[in-house]
Amino acid sequence: MSHAVPSRVVLDPRSAPPFPQAALSALRNPQLRKNVAHAIDVIQAKRAKVVGEKTDWQALRAAASAIRTNVLENLGAYLEEFEARCTAAGGTVHWAADAAEARRIILDLLCQEKASEVVKIKTMTSAEIQLNPALEAAGVSVFETDLAELILQLGEEEPSHIVVPALHVNRSQVREIFARRMGLKNLSDDPKELTNAARTYLRGKFLSIPTAISGSNFLIAETGSVAVVESEGNGRMCLTLPRTLITLAGIEKVLPRFQDLEVMLQVLARSATGERMNPYTSLWTGVTPGDGPQRFHVVLLDNGRSSILSRPKQRQTLKCIRCAACLNACPVYRQTGGHAYGSVYPGPIGAILTPQLMHMEHAQSLPYASSLCGACYEVCPVKINIPEVLLELRAQVVNQERQQAGRFFDPMYLGLRIASLLFARAWRFHAAHRLGRIGLRLFTRKDGWIHSLPGIGAKWTQTRDLRGLPGQSFHEWWATRGKEAK
Amino acid sequence: MRASLFITCYNDTLFPETGRAVVRLLERLGVELEFQPRQTCCGQMHANTGFRGEAFAQAKRFVRLYREAETVVIPSSSCVAMIRDQYPGLFEELGNEALRREFAALLPRVYELSEFLIDRLGVEDVGATFPHRVAYHASCHGVRALCLGDRPYRLLAKVRGLELAEIPNAERCCGFGGTFSVKNAEVSSAMLAVKLQDIVSTRAEYCTALDNSCLMHLGGAMHRQYAAMRTIHMAQILASTEDCPPEATP
Repeated sequence: MSHAVPSRVVLDPRSAPPFPQAALSALRNPQLRKNVAHAIDVIQAKRAKVVGEKTDWQALRAAASAIRTNVLENLGAYLEEFEARCTAAGGTVHWAADAAEARRIILDLLCQEKASEVVKIKTMTSAEIQLNPALEAAGVSVFETDLAELILQLGEEEPSHIVVPALHVNRSQVREIFARRMGLKNLSDDPKELTNAARTYLRGKFLSIPTAISGSNFLIAETGSVAVVESEGNGRMCLTLPRTLITLAGIEKVLPRFQDLEVMLQVLARSATGERMNPYTSLWTGVTPGDGPQRFHVVLLDNGRSSILSRPKQRQTLKCIRCAACLNACPVYRQTGGHAYGSVYPGPIGAILTPQLMHMEHAQSLPYASSLCGACYEVCPVKINIPEVLLELRAQVVNQERQQAGRFFDPMYLGLRIASLLFARAWRFHAAHRLGRIGLRLFTRKDGWIHSLPGIGAKWTQTRDLRGLPGQSFHEWWATRGKEAK
Repeated sequence: MRASLFITCYNDTLFPETGRAVVRLLERLGVELEFQPRQTCCGQMHANTGFRGEAFAQAKRFVRLYREAETVVIPSSSCVAMIRDQYPGLFEELGNEALRREFAALLPRVYELSEFLIDRLGVEDVGATFPHRVAYHASCHGVRALCLGDRPYRLLAKVRGLELAEIPNAERCCGFGGTFSVKNAEVSSAMLAVKLQDIVSTRAEYCTALDNSCLMHLGGAMHRQYAAMRTIHMAQILASTEDCPPEATP
């Protein structure tokens, strides 16, 4: 059975529709929802098992959180230390203030290399700065080598998950994409056959393309090393075979000491893929003559991060190690998948990270894309209190609304402003309640329930009934009770 | 033992039978109840939607109304979570040191209903009878914010005649989330549909919780779908006796 891959989604928070609207098209796609729920159930079950077997899991979480908090409190010093050590080991460190500068630096480096082709390891940071379209526009052919990224690239799809970017695509859809793009008519949807097709396709690229672009999971200040963790080994190929390696890393990725990997690698693998340890951990320090890439560049990307760092309540967002445990735990993500978030960073972490990276000028609907159930905070291996940051960002969105002339035409805004005036005095609250009780009688059926409400109330009654207001409130009952007692 | 009942705005207006059940239950256990007539709302709806200044006004009001109380009992886990988790930040942000100190003194005396019964009164068997099959919905704030743990289960285990049904994926959100249910009505409804399926699969007669906001959401969908189940706040189960079963509601 073959399914057409849905039409191309563009993950740009500047142009993405608001979350409720984008979510609607995900909700109307049963195949997507089935794929997402199935993939998440598999990862969640694995994670529960390997986290459950760690009797010191909470201590590990606390240690990981402390390491990341310390990094953010001393970020400048650790970055300078990393730069010095990496440079001493033969690497070159570049600083990019924003996405445009990072793209320019990488393009200049590729130009110096006279590179017309690059192999790439999965890096969400490169998707954040929309690197691939910029490279293609400059005439550089980009070959994604992570299996999931390859599926997306060939299928002209966008990532929907931080760790498992093609989570929304199932096997038969992969078969369809590979058969079409690799010209393999008799391909079956047997996973072994599919990975073999990818292997054959990729081997040629690894052996012939001398320039690679990678992301990074961690930068080590103490040694100037870079760490990449992965499952497939394709990343290892990109990191070792080419002549030139360019690594793009967000400035928050640094860790103080090599020894910190002891904690971080444990929590990352268990949280991300539900493995005790990820299959491939690549660590390298600068350049080693005769071994691996001979030219090594690190591009350190700010792109809004130092602005997040400057806000104490939001700073914890940058503790994130991109394990995506919060996505897998989130009941909202489970229903919508990642594309609805309109960003390469979906799910709970995306709901707080994306609007902040956009300086709160775009993606203002994302902080509301959560029921505040707290499942994200519960699983976060570095203890980011995502609900707390969501509330902080919601307060900023409301402060933006307060400046807008049209706010009094927004029923939610108006309703909450009026409610706050009513709650300020008990008599107002009680009077409003009595009036509301009379008003709602119009909508209350004989069975005592409201089946349909107008305006914003219709958002509730589209799928749920509402019990009509009882004839006597609790405070009214208490007052009569007092009289009877006397 | 004296306790002041903070009924919460939506229990007051939408679910007065829950309040009456709390009164019956606690008075039966010998608690002398007070009701502060000037109470309105804890500010949760405002704080969770981003109206921080408005939430602060409610937080201030709560502290002023209850600072003299011996204990405060609240039959709504999300409102207690609001007070416990969000008030400190509000007082700190708005720089009211005196209020912050008063609140810090009051906070240890503020209890959610199951906490009050087990931690403060030290009872698990409240002398209730409720001969029905009941599914307990562990609402998000109860599980993850208040960390109620097995308290609700211990209380239900001692109710005569009650048969407890376990809900699959018990700790997954029902999709209410306050204004989320309206701002993201479609996603909220999708979450609700999944949750309802899990709850209905228990074939229980009642679904109970320590928070009427989840129950309003679940009950609204049960009524819409003619499900063979009703919702009931746990206070009403715990107040119920052979002679005096829970009051009928529409």
